Amino acid sequence: MRGLRVIFKKELADHFSSYRFLILFALIWMVSLVTTYLAGMSIKQELQGVAKPKFVFLMLFTAQGALFSFVQFVAFFGPLIGLILGFDMINREKNEGTMSRLLSQPIYRDAVINGKFLAGVATISIMLLSIVLVTTGLGLNLIGIVPGPEEIGRIFVYLVVSIIYVSFWLGVAILFSILFRSVTTSALASIAVWIFFSFFLTLGASIIARSVTPAAQPDNPEAMIKQINIQRSISLVSPMVLYSEATAVIIDPTRRTTKSFVLVGPMEKFSQERFSGPLPMWQSTLIVMPYIICLVAITVICFAISYLVFMRQEIRSA
Amino acid sequence: MNSQAVVETRELTKVYNGQVAVDHVSFTVTEGEIFGLLGPNGAGKTTIILMLLGLTEPTSGEAKVLGIDPTRDSIKVKGIIGYMPENMGFYSDLNAVQTLRFVADLNNIPPKEAEERIAHALKTVGLSGEERKKVGAYSRGMRQRLGLAELLVKRPKLAFLDEPTLGLDPDATSSMIDLIEHLTRKEGMTVILCSHYLEMVQRLCSRVGIMIKGKMVAVGSMDELATEKFGVGDEEYSLEDIYMKYFRET
Repeated sequence: MRGLRVIFKKELADHFSSYRFLILFALIWMVSLVTTYLAGMSIKQELQGVAKPKFVFLMLFTAQGALFSFVQFVAFFGPLIGLILGFDMINREKNEGTMSRLLSQPIYRDAVINGKFLAGVATISIMLLSIVLVTTGLGLNLIGIVPGPEEIGRIFVYLVVSIIYVSFWLGVAILFSILFRSVTTSALASIAVWIFFSFFLTLGASIIARSVTPAAQPDNPEAMIKQINIQRSISLVSPMVLYSEATAVIIDPTRRTTKSFVLVGPMEKFSQERFSGPLPMWQSTLIVMPYIICLVAITVICFAISYLVFMRQEIRSA
Repeated sequence: MNSQAVVETRELTKVYNGQVAVDHVSFTVTEGEIFGLLGPNGAGKTTIILMLLGLTEPTSGEAKVLGIDPTRDSIKVKGIIGYMPENMGFYSDLNAVQTLRFVADLNNIPPKEAEERIAHALKTVGLSGEERKKVGAYSRGMRQRLGLAELLVKRPKLAFLDEPTLGLDPDATSSMIDLIEHLTRKEGMTVILCSHYLEMVQRLCSRVGIMIKGKMVAVGSMDELATEKFGVGDEEYSLEDIYMKYFRET
C-alpha cells in the first residue's frame, strides 16, 4: 500500500524516540524486574531440599511476590501501554495541522491509520518481548533452571496473547483519538473505558449475579452454580477477564479449565489429582482458543470502527 | 477541456451538513500563471483547494487537474499538486532535513535524488544554515519557508498556497513574495494563491477570482475586472478598490 511503509517507519521512530515511551518502558521494566525477582526468590526458597517439579520455570510468571504476579501485572497494567501509545495518535496530528499536509501527499488515506496502528503493535510487541526476555533471563539466574521447549512454547503463546490484548487497548485509544478532537478528552475516555472493563465490570457482574440468584447458599448448589455462571458470563465481556483466563491456562499446564470454581466431590478430586498429568501445550491452547479468538475479534472490531470513522471524516473538520 | 488548462472546474458545489460552502463555481487556471483566489474568511477558498486535491468530494459539479478527476484518481492528482495550507503544521521533533526527507519518501523520490533536491530547496528558501535545528524551534517565517522548500522537493506542476504570508513581518513577506515568483519563473509551477494581502496578489497574479459566500462572483485580469466594475477610463484602480466594490455589491 502506498505510503504505509513510510508512515510505519516514521511512527516507529517517533515511539522509540519519545520521552513518553522511554518513561513507560523504564517503569514497566522496573516493575517486571522487581516482580520477577520477588517471585524467583520465593520459588528458590520453596524449592530448597525438594526435588524440582516439572514446569517450575513457568511459576516465575504466576507466582505472587509481594503484591502481584507478572501475569496479573500485565493483565491490569498492560492496557496502559496501549492507551498511552494511542490516545493522541490522530487528534494530535489534526490539532497541529500535520494531518491535512500529510494527506495532501500521494498516499492513500488508510495508509495513515494502518501505518500508525501497525507501528503501535510493533512497539507493543518489542516492549513485551524485551520484558519477557528480561524476566526469563533473571529467572534463569535466580532459580537456576533452564526452561524446556514446552515451557518456551507456552511463554511464546503467552506473549502472542499479551500482544493481542494490549493491541486491543491501543485500538480503543486510537478510536477515541479519532472521535474526540481534544487530546485530554480522548485520554480520559480511554482511561474511563479501561477502568470500567477492568474493575467495575467484574464487581458489577458479582452484584448482578447475587441479585438474580438470592437463594444461592452452600446448601443450594444448583443456585450457586447458576449464580457463578451468570457472574462468569457477564465478566467475560471484560477483555481483562478474557485475557486472564486464557493466559492462566496457557502458563499453568496443570490447569484443565478456565473455570476457577469447579464442583467435584472429594473422591473425584482425589482421583483427578492422582492420575492427571500436565496438559500438552496444544491442548491448553485449544481450551482457551475461544478466548483468544474473542480477543482477536474485539481487537479487529475496534480497529475496523476506527478505520471506518477515520475514512469517512471530512478533512475540513480535521 | 482546454489543453492548456491546469485546473478546470464546472459548476463545482460542496454542501457541508446542509450548508453550501461552494456554490456552482466554474473557473480555469492555465499553465504557468499565478492565479489569485480572493475572498473573505469562510468564502469557500480552502474547500475548493481540498476538492481539487481529492481530499473532499464535491457534492455536484466537476473538477479536473491536468485532465485528471481528483475524485476518481486522487493519488495521481496529489502527486502533481503541492499544497501549503494556511496553518502549516510540522512535526516539531524533526529537523528541516528530516521533514523534507519524509516528504520525499512519501513521494517515492529515490534517496540520492531526494538529497540533491533537499539541498537545493534549503538553499533556495534560505534555510541552509538552519537545517539541523528542530522545526519546533523555527519562527513562523522559517516555517513558511520550509513549506515552500517542501514544494521544491516535491516539484509539483501545480501549487496551492493558502495565506503564505499570514503573520509574517514585512521583511519575511517580501522574501516570501520573491520565493513565490521563483516557483513560477524558475521552477515552472502554476500557482493558485489564496490571500487577504491584496497588494501581494496584485503584484504576483496575472488573474484573480473573487469568491463571496461560496460563489465565484468574478474571474479575470485586474484590467478586465476594473472595466467591468468601473467602466472604461484613464483612472487606475487597485485590486483593493475592485475587491471592495464586488464585496459591497454582493
